[in-house]
Amino acid sequence: MNLTLKIWRQKDSSSKGQMVDYKVTEISEHMSFLEMMDVLNEQLVNSGEEPVAFDHDCREGICGMCSMYINGEAHGPDRGVTTCQLHMRMFKDGDTITIEPFRAAAFPVIKDLVVDRMAFERIQQAGGYISVNTSGNTQDANSIPISKHAADEAMDAATCIGCGACVATCKNSSAMLFVGAKVSQYALLPQGQVEAADRVKNMVAQMDLEGFGNCTNTGACEVECPKGISLDNIARMNRELMKANI
Amino acid sequence: MALDSKVPKGALKDKWTDYKNKINLVNPANKRHIDVIVVGTGLAGGSASATLAELGYNVKAFAYQDSPRRAHSIAAQGGINAAKNYQGDGDSTYRLFYDTVKGGDYRSREANVYRLAEVSTNIIDQCVAQGVPFARDYGGLLDNRSFGGVLVSRTFYAKGQTGQQLLLGAYSAMNRQIARGKIEMFNRHEMLDVVVVDGKARGIIARNLVTGEIERHSAHAVVIASGGYGNVYFLSTNAMGSNVTAAWKIHKKGAYFANPCYTQIHPTCIPRSGDYQSKLTLMSESLRNDGRIWVPKHLDDVKAIREGKKKPTDLSEDERDYYLERRYPAFGNLVPRDVASRAAKERCDAGFGVNATGEAVYLDFAAAIIRYGTEQAKIKNINNPSEAKIKELGKDIVKAKYGNLFQMYEKIVDENPYETPMMIYPAVHYTMGGVWVDYNLMTSIPGCYAIGEANFSDHGANRLGASALMQGLADGYFVLPYTIGDYLADDIRTGKIPTDTPEFDAAEKEVKERIEFLINNNGTHSVDYYHKKLGKIMWDKCGMSRNEKGLKEAMVEIKALREDFWKNVSVPGGLNEMNPELEKAGRVADFIELGELFAKDALTREESCGGHFREESAETDGPQKGEAKRNDKDFAFVSAWEYKGEPADAVLHKEELEFNDIELKQRSYK
Amino acid sequence: MGGFFKSSIGRKVAMALSAFFLMFFLLQHLAINLLSVFNPDTFNEVSHFMGTNPVVQFALQPVLIFAVVFHFVMGFILDIKNRKANGGGYVKNNGAANSTWFSRNMIISGITILAFIVLHFIDFWFPELNVKYIQGDMSGMLPGETEFRYHEELVHKFAHPARVVAYVVAFVFLGLHLAHGFTSAFQSVGAAALRKKLNTVGNAYAILVPLGFIVIAIYHYFNH
Repeated sequence: MNLTLKIWRQKDSSSKGQMVDYKVTEISEHMSFLEMMDVLNEQLVNSGEEPVAFDHDCREGICGMCSMYINGEAHGPDRGVTTCQLHMRMFKDGDTITIEPFRAAAFPVIKDLVVDRMAFERIQQAGGYISVNTSGNTQDANSIPISKHAADEAMDAATCIGCGACVATCKNSSAMLFVGAKVSQYALLPQGQVEAADRVKNMVAQMDLEGFGNCTNTGACEVECPKGISLDNIARMNRELMKANI
Repeated sequence: MALDSKVPKGALKDKWTDYKNKINLVNPANKRHIDVIVVGTGLAGGSASATLAELGYNVKAFAYQDSPRRAHSIAAQGGINAAKNYQGDGDSTYRLFYDTVKGGDYRSREANVYRLAEVSTNIIDQCVAQGVPFARDYGGLLDNRSFGGVLVSRTFYAKGQTGQQLLLGAYSAMNRQIARGKIEMFNRHEMLDVVVVDGKARGIIARNLVTGEIERHSAHAVVIASGGYGNVYFLSTNAMGSNVTAAWKIHKKGAYFANPCYTQIHPTCIPRSGDYQSKLTLMSESLRNDGRIWVPKHLDDVKAIREGKKKPTDLSEDERDYYLERRYPAFGNLVPRDVASRAAKERCDAGFGVNATGEAVYLDFAAAIIRYGTEQAKIKNINNPSEAKIKELGKDIVKAKYGNLFQMYEKIVDENPYETPMMIYPAVHYTMGGVWVDYNLMTSIPGCYAIGEANFSDHGANRLGASALMQGLADGYFVLPYTIGDYLADDIRTGKIPTDTPEFDAAEKEVKERIEFLINNNGTHSVDYYHKKLGKIMWDKCGMSRNEKGLKEAMVEIKALREDFWKNVSVPGGLNEMNPELEKAGRVADFIELGELFAKDALTREESCGGHFREESAETDGPQKGEAKRNDKDFAFVSAWEYKGEPADAVLHKEELEFNDIELKQRSYK
Repeated sequence: MGGFFKSSIGRKVAMALSAFFLMFFLLQHLAINLLSVFNPDTFNEVSHFMGTNPVVQFALQPVLIFAVVFHFVMGFILDIKNRKANGGGYVKNNGAANSTWFSRNMIISGITILAFIVLHFIDFWFPELNVKYIQGDMSGMLPGETEFRYHEELVHKFAHPARVVAYVVAFVFLGLHLAHGFTSAFQSVGAAALRKKLNTVGNAYAILVPLGFIVIAIYHYFNH
C-alpha cells in the first residue's frame, strides 16, 4: 500500500518543531508500524536526508521504549498493543497517517518523536521499591504465604511497562495510572506493607512535583494502556494515600 | 598471557564457601572511596549496581536506553530455575549443576556452574523479599513448572513475563540506591571504549546519546554487563539496540573473547515474513509441551499450500510428517532446543517449508485441543459430546495455558492459531560465548569484569531454558559483589582516578576520530544495508549447521564487507546531537569484526557440541546416524581468543576443561 | 492531613466529597420542587420551613454555599493546572476513541451550570434575601394577603419561555456533568468496586434528576 505520513520533526529540545509530509510506497500489510518507519528512514538516508528519530528497542511490546501518537491515539488505533506490535493491516492503501510524539509538559521532546520520560524514573526513585538489602540472606521465599488472588492482582499491576501512553492519552497528562500501578503492586503484597504509607506519600509528592496533571477519571488511559492496567489501581492509590494520612 | 581460571582448590561443593571465607574484604569506610563503573543495566548489571552500591561503593551505571527497566532481560518469558526443591521431586544443588553441565554439552567450567546452582536458591528468596509477584498456588506458596526437558519442576515464573518482573525487582533495588545517591545513573549513554591505566581498567569513554558529547568516566574497576551479541545475525530475538560494542571494545584492549561460535537458535519463533523484517519474535518453549510439529509429507502439498490452493487443515494424518516424533521417538517434540532447530532446518532445506519464504514448519494444537476437550467432557460428565463441544472445551484449556502467546501470534501473523496450525521457525536467541572470565568473573584485563550473557562462563555450548535469568542475577547479586572486593582491597589507598591523563586523552581521541570518520564518510549505503549483508552471511554460513568450506568463505566475505563498510557507509546527521544512525554504525562496525572471529572460532572447533554443529562431525552410522558428534578427546577446552589487530589474526588460548564430578556422556534423545 | 489536601489526589478527593454533598442536595431540592407540581400547599409549607428555620438558614445554607463555591473554584484551579500539564496538545487527537465527550468536558458543563446558578440566584435567592433580611418580612406571605408566596412566585418565574429554555438547556448540561461525575466521585474516593456497581444507579441519577427539574419547569410553563 501507499501512504502519506505527517510526522512531527523537531531538531532538538530547544528548537521549534513542525509537521512534515512524507510518502512511502509498497508497504506490506504484514509489516509492523516501526518496520514501516524503517522503510521511510532507509528512504531518507538514501536520499541524504536525516532519518526520523524515534524510540524503540525490544520490538515485542515489553520494553516500553516505543512511544508514538498515531492518528490521535497513543500506540495507534489497535488495542492492547504497543507501537511496535501495531501492524500495517490496521491501515488502508492511500491513508494519511499523523504521527506525533507523546505530549505532556512533563515529557519534553528530545528530538522528532523521542521524548524524555525521566519524570517516571524520579517517581520510582521516590519510593517504588521495598527497602530490603540484596544480600540474599532474607527469609525463605515460602515463609510468607500470599493468596493466589493477591499475587495475581499484584502481577496485573506490575505488568506496567512504563511506556507513558497513559500520560500521553490523558487530556490532563496525568500519571496516575502509572503511579497507581506501582503503588498497587506493593500495597497488595505483605512485603510492601511496612513502608506503604511513606511510599504512597513520597511517590505522589514526586508525581505532583514533576508537573503531571490531575486525574479526572475519564478512563482514557485504561483503554489505551497496552498492558490493560485497570483504573482500579488509581482508586487503590487514592485509598492508600487517604489511609496514609489518617 | 597464560589463562588462569583461578578456580579454588578443594571439593566442588565447598569451593565457593571456602573461597568466600578467605577472600579479601574492603572495610565499609574505605568502600566510600572506591568507584565502580557498570556498563549495562539488565538483570546482571542492574543487580550488580544495586548490590555494589548497597555495600558502599560509588557506582556509576550506564544504559543506552532511557531507563534501566528497558534492558532486554525484560523480554524473557518462561521463568527462572532454582534448586529449591519446593515440589519435593528430588531436586538438589547437584542435580541443577548436573543438568546445566549436561545441557551445555560438557563445555562449561564445573566450579562456576556448581556455584551458580548453589546461589540459585538465594535468588528466589531475594526476589520475593523485593516484591516480585511470582505465581502462587492456592495455598499461597510459590508455584513451579517444568521446563526444557529436565526431570524436575524447578522453574519459578510470573505469568509469561518472568524476565520483566525480575528486572523490575533489580531496577527497584537500583532506584533505592539512586535515591540514596550511591548509584549515579547515566541513561542514554553508550560506552565506546575502556581506558586501561598501568594495565588496569580504570575508566570508560562514553557518548551521551542525547547531546552527542563524549565523556570521560573513571573508576577503580569496570564491569561489563552488556548482554549477548545475537544481533550479529541482523535478525534475532534480541532487542534492536542489543550490541557487542562494550564487550568488543574491551576485547580489543586485551580481554580474551571465548567461544564466540556458541549460539543458541531457538526453535519456536514466528517466521520471517519478508525482507523488511527488523526482528524476530520468540514464543515460549512451553508451547512444545502440547503442540505437535510437522510439515507435509509430499512436495506437491507444500506447493499447493504455498500457492494458497490448500490449507494445512486439509491434509490428512497420512499426508503429514511429524518429523520430530519420527526421528526422536523417545523425546518427540520435546527434544532440546538445538536438536529441534536443526531438524526444522533439515526439512526446510529439503524443500518442505510451508510459507512463502520456505522457512516455516507447523506447530499444531489440534490434537491437544481434542485431548483436553475429551478430558474436560469426562470431568464435566458430558456423555457423547459432539466434536464441536469437545473442541470448545479443549480450546478453553489451551487458552488458559497459552492464551497470551496465541494472542501475540494472532496479532503478528493475523491467523487464528486455535483454528489453523501456527507457523514457526528457529531464530537466533542467546549467545553462550562471550568475554572470557576467571572464577572471579574478571576478564583478562585486571579490574575489568564481565557478567551475565556478556561473559562465556556457565552455559557451555548450549543453555537450558530458564537458566539465563538465573545466571544474570547470580552474577550480579551474589557472585561479583564478593569477588570484586578481593581485587578492590588493593585499591583502598589509590584515591580518585584522574581523567586528565594521557591514557584518557588517547582513548578519547581514538573514539572521536572513529565517529568523526563515520559522519564524514558520505558513502552510498545505509548502515542497515551492511548489517543485513552481514546477517545473511552469518545465517547462511555460521548458522544452525556449519562446514569448513562455508566458514572459510564467511571469513573472506566478512572481511570484504568490513572493507566496503569503511569505504562506503553513509551516516547522516551530526556528531553533537541525538543520532540513531551514528549509534547503529558504531555497533555494526563492531559486529563485522566479531563476525569474522565468530567464523574463525567455528572453523577451529572441528566437533559438534551444543549449539555448534559441524557437518563434518556427525555420527555416520548406528542408531545415532546424522546426530551431532562431540569430540572430548581433542576439544574439551574453552577457546579464548586474544586480539591481534585483525580478527583473523586472533591468537587462540585454550583453557582445558576438567570434569571431576561428572561423567562425560553423549546426549541421546532417540 | 493538611498536606493531603494540597496533593493532587487530596484535591480530587475534596472535589468528590463536595460533589457527594451537592448530589445529595440536588435530590433534596428536586423532592421539594416536585411538591410544587403535586401539592402546592405542602410545597409552600416546606418552603417556608426551609426559608425560616435557623438551622437550615444559618448552618446548612452556609455549608451548601461553601460546597458550591469550593466545587467551582477547585474545579477551575484543577482545570487550569491540568491544561498547564498538557504539553500543548496534539495536531490530531482522537479523544472519542477512548473516552466520552462529557467526561473530557466537565469544565464546559460546569461553566454552563455556573451560569445557570447565577440566573437562579437572581431569580430566587437574591429576592428571597431581600424580602427576608433587608425588608425584614419573615412571614412568607404574599404582600397584603394570607397566602404563602412561594408557589405563586415559582409559577410566575416560569411564565417566560426564554427562562424555561435556559433552564432546560442548563439541566441537560447538569445531566452530562452528572453522567460522568456520579461514578467519578466514587472512583476518586477510592471506591472502585462501588464505581462499577453503581454504574446503572449513576446513569439513572444523571438522567432522572435533571429530567425532574425539566419536567417541573415545563409543567409550570403550561399551567400558569
